[in-house]
Amino acid sequence: MNLDPKIPDGPLEKKWSRHKFDLKLVNPANKRKFDIIVVGSGLAGGAAAATLAELGYNVACFCYQDSPRRAHSIAAQGGINAAKNYQNDGDSVFRLFYDTIKGGDYRAREANVYRLAEVSVNIIDQAVAQGVPFAREYGGLLANRSFGGAQVSRTFYARGQTGQQLLLGVYQQMSRQIAAGKIKMYTRHEMLDLVVVDGRAAGIVTRDLVSGAIERWAGHAVLLATGGYSNVFYLSTNAKGCNVTAAYRAYKRGAAFANPCYTQIHPTCIPQSGDYQSKLTLMSESLRNDGRCWVPKRKEDCGKDPNSIPEEDRDYYLERKYPSFGNLAPRDVASRAAKEVCDEGRGVGPGGRGVYLDFRDAIQRMGKEGVADKYGNLFHMYAKITGEDPYSTPMRIYPAPHYTMGGLWVDYNLESTIPGLFVLGEANFSDHGANRLGASALMQGLADGYFIISYTLSDYLARVKPAKVDTGHAAFADAEREVKAKLDRLLSVNGKRTPDELHRELGRVLWDHCGMARSKESLEEALRIIPELRERFWKDVRVVGSGDSLNIALEKAGRVADFMEFAELMCYDALERDESCGAHFRIEHQTDDGEAKRDDERFAHVAAWEFKGVGEKPVRHVEPLVFENVQLATRSYK
Amino acid sequence: MKLTLHIWRQKDAKSPGKLVRYELDDVNEHMSFLEMLDVLNEQLVAKGEEPVAFDHDCREGICGMCSLVINGIPHGPDRGTTVCQLHMRRFRDGDEITIEPWRARAFPVVRDLIVDRSAFDRIMQAGGFISQNTGSAPDANTLPISKEDADAAFDAAACIGCGACVAACPNASAMLFVAAKIGHLSMLPQGKPEEYRRARAMVDAMDAAGFGNCSNHYECEAVCPKEIGVDWIARMNRKYLRATFRKRA
Repeated sequence: MNLDPKIPDGPLEKKWSRHKFDLKLVNPANKRKFDIIVVGSGLAGGAAAATLAELGYNVACFCYQDSPRRAHSIAAQGGINAAKNYQNDGDSVFRLFYDTIKGGDYRAREANVYRLAEVSVNIIDQAVAQGVPFAREYGGLLANRSFGGAQVSRTFYARGQTGQQLLLGVYQQMSRQIAAGKIKMYTRHEMLDLVVVDGRAAGIVTRDLVSGAIERWAGHAVLLATGGYSNVFYLSTNAKGCNVTAAYRAYKRGAAFANPCYTQIHPTCIPQSGDYQSKLTLMSESLRNDGRCWVPKRKEDCGKDPNSIPEEDRDYYLERKYPSFGNLAPRDVASRAAKEVCDEGRGVGPGGRGVYLDFRDAIQRMGKEGVADKYGNLFHMYAKITGEDPYSTPMRIYPAPHYTMGGLWVDYNLESTIPGLFVLGEANFSDHGANRLGASALMQGLADGYFIISYTLSDYLARVKPAKVDTGHAAFADAEREVKAKLDRLLSVNGKRTPDELHRELGRVLWDHCGMARSKESLEEALRIIPELRERFWKDVRVVGSGDSLNIALEKAGRVADFMEFAELMCYDALERDESCGAHFRIEHQTDDGEAKRDDERFAHVAAWEFKGVGEKPVRHVEPLVFENVQLATRSYK
Repeated sequence: MKLTLHIWRQKDAKSPGKLVRYELDDVNEHMSFLEMLDVLNEQLVAKGEEPVAFDHDCREGICGMCSLVINGIPHGPDRGTTVCQLHMRRFRDGDEITIEPWRARAFPVVRDLIVDRSAFDRIMQAGGFISQNTGSAPDANTLPISKEDADAAFDAAACIGCGACVAACPNASAMLFVAAKIGHLSMLPQGKPEEYRRARAMVDAMDAAGFGNCSNHYECEAVCPKEIGVDWIARMNRKYLRATFRKRA
């Protein structure tokens, strides 16, 4: 397996501009001869589809929702980073780059991250020009706030709905290209396989979720922008439909899967309330700008009304442990700190799994209206879900699986190990290392979709001149046959348990054994349980209805079947990475005060896995990470 | 708590549908409305019956996918709330609840509680955008926009495209949706150059899709989960009227 990252030569700050010049171009008149398949219509996929269509390519875009405007990027609340330095507080492209590399615990590729910081400034310009209503100061200029892991205010936001507004911007650009006939949009279509011919991505097989029709689509290149996989945990902050299927099936067709064990646990979610619960709701991390996290100092106080607990009996544990970053400590650090105080028995709320996020001081400082102006919709949402008023009673929060930094391996051109298969946004692995800083997911999705793929894809098309394979080719027929066989098998098991039940069981195994903290023992245990569970799934799952109509149970079962295989890959990766870094915390490797302890000697690399068969151990390949511009240091937020 | 549900079941767009009665025990007050339906579906599947199909995704009130008419009200009894954010503490033990899909000619039923809202996409394709190619935008701060204008634009842009406004309107009018989209873009200087063409094209697309007209029932505003006001409709009408007098742009 070739893991050449294809990082351009030269100094860091020149790499991208030089590379752009070196990349081959497609003549404008020839662009219309190329058909590009884009799977996913979120920030990365939608932006790529719109941009490529603007350039003249023929784009076919697929999503499982009823409209591209519903992609899960829409739910990202907090904001988007950009190194504009509008606030004159010392920000720069290099500082954004540095914060991101450090925040990712030195497990990301320098060149990719620098490019991300570099194009971040263009993203804001682009979004504003499209009419994204970012927050403004009274003077009419853009407002900024700060976010976890940063000491500068570089986050642009649109109330608490930045992801929504950015996605609508993307969707509007797509709408324009759909009207122009340059994008063919296929909604309620799910990609169920990748077709590879002569070692190149040649197309996909989809299921029309309404009619059940299995269809073949050929293209000169395939772009996957299908998001993350944290729904493998069953409970996560992802939309219910988010899944690993497209990425996982590409992996089974030969694309390497990199760093699957890096799942970010987000510190500010509304705690779980019962077993029926279907998802966890994220409160924006921006709340930590003004809210203060605390738990009672004494266990006995946990059941008391929080407003009756005096100042001296409160433990503002983040401010105590990390005085310089305080409540804005990065996500992995803040999550572990919350788990720690709850494990000590000082958690609050049902089951003791919660910490307070208190706005009392902020309300005193800026008034209730000031707080409402900044966070009103989040407070409203919290009140809806919990039935409590966060203006008078502190919110309760707890960590939950959120963003997955792992994904299909890509080189600097965003190309996977299968030529012609490009992977964008959360579905790839490249920019966040072992932990993602707040407000940088939107940035990466849009950077990949608006500003990177258009260059690197044209290079592929111009250099390789891939021929379009006819959908009658045997590889298409084979893929379609396999897809159908799998669906038929799911429909014919006729067992006793629902896909959801089995998924919940898998989720619990992962949360307990491959969650916020892992160990050799827990992971080995998971690797013993998961194959058994998978076997039970195929014996015991019950999918009613048929394959030739809209069947929500069948959709779900197919995704759970892939999670059952993928979970094993995650655990293999977590087991072999015998160090702690970012979101991957191995309890064997911690400092005396409980911080993650990296092992740069042995693990300053990307682990990329090669599929060898279901139930077979995949093969681990390594891409060494070379740091020329930052010094590997212990992350400290103290 | 114990509930009796009357749920619209319809195999596909062509088959006739009907309300089917289900009894559900042990509903927890902290469940969301959709989680209550999940529980029902698990029980149906366990019995070998097909689950009730309904649209949902983010379950955070923002994707706009969930679309149920509960006891005659789109998104249920709470103001400013999507179905996914409606909790069972709003109901009482022994309640009878009727659950139906959005009803409008322009939103044909796909199955059970799922409807086809692609007419909204077609309206957007008619002009709901700013023609700005990627990569050539000027620096964002070269165009100051007053906080008031940005905030007002945001108020309209908050529309999640769920279609409750259509479902609530006796005329199945999409005017609140279209007005919000037009309003958002015309509040901003970037949207000005195309504003008349946009207003004309989107209103025409709305009519072509089979939505009715506004006759001031204000039901749309009452059910809008993002509490978008009908004043946007008045603004749209003014814009559209002016646009019809203009030959160009």
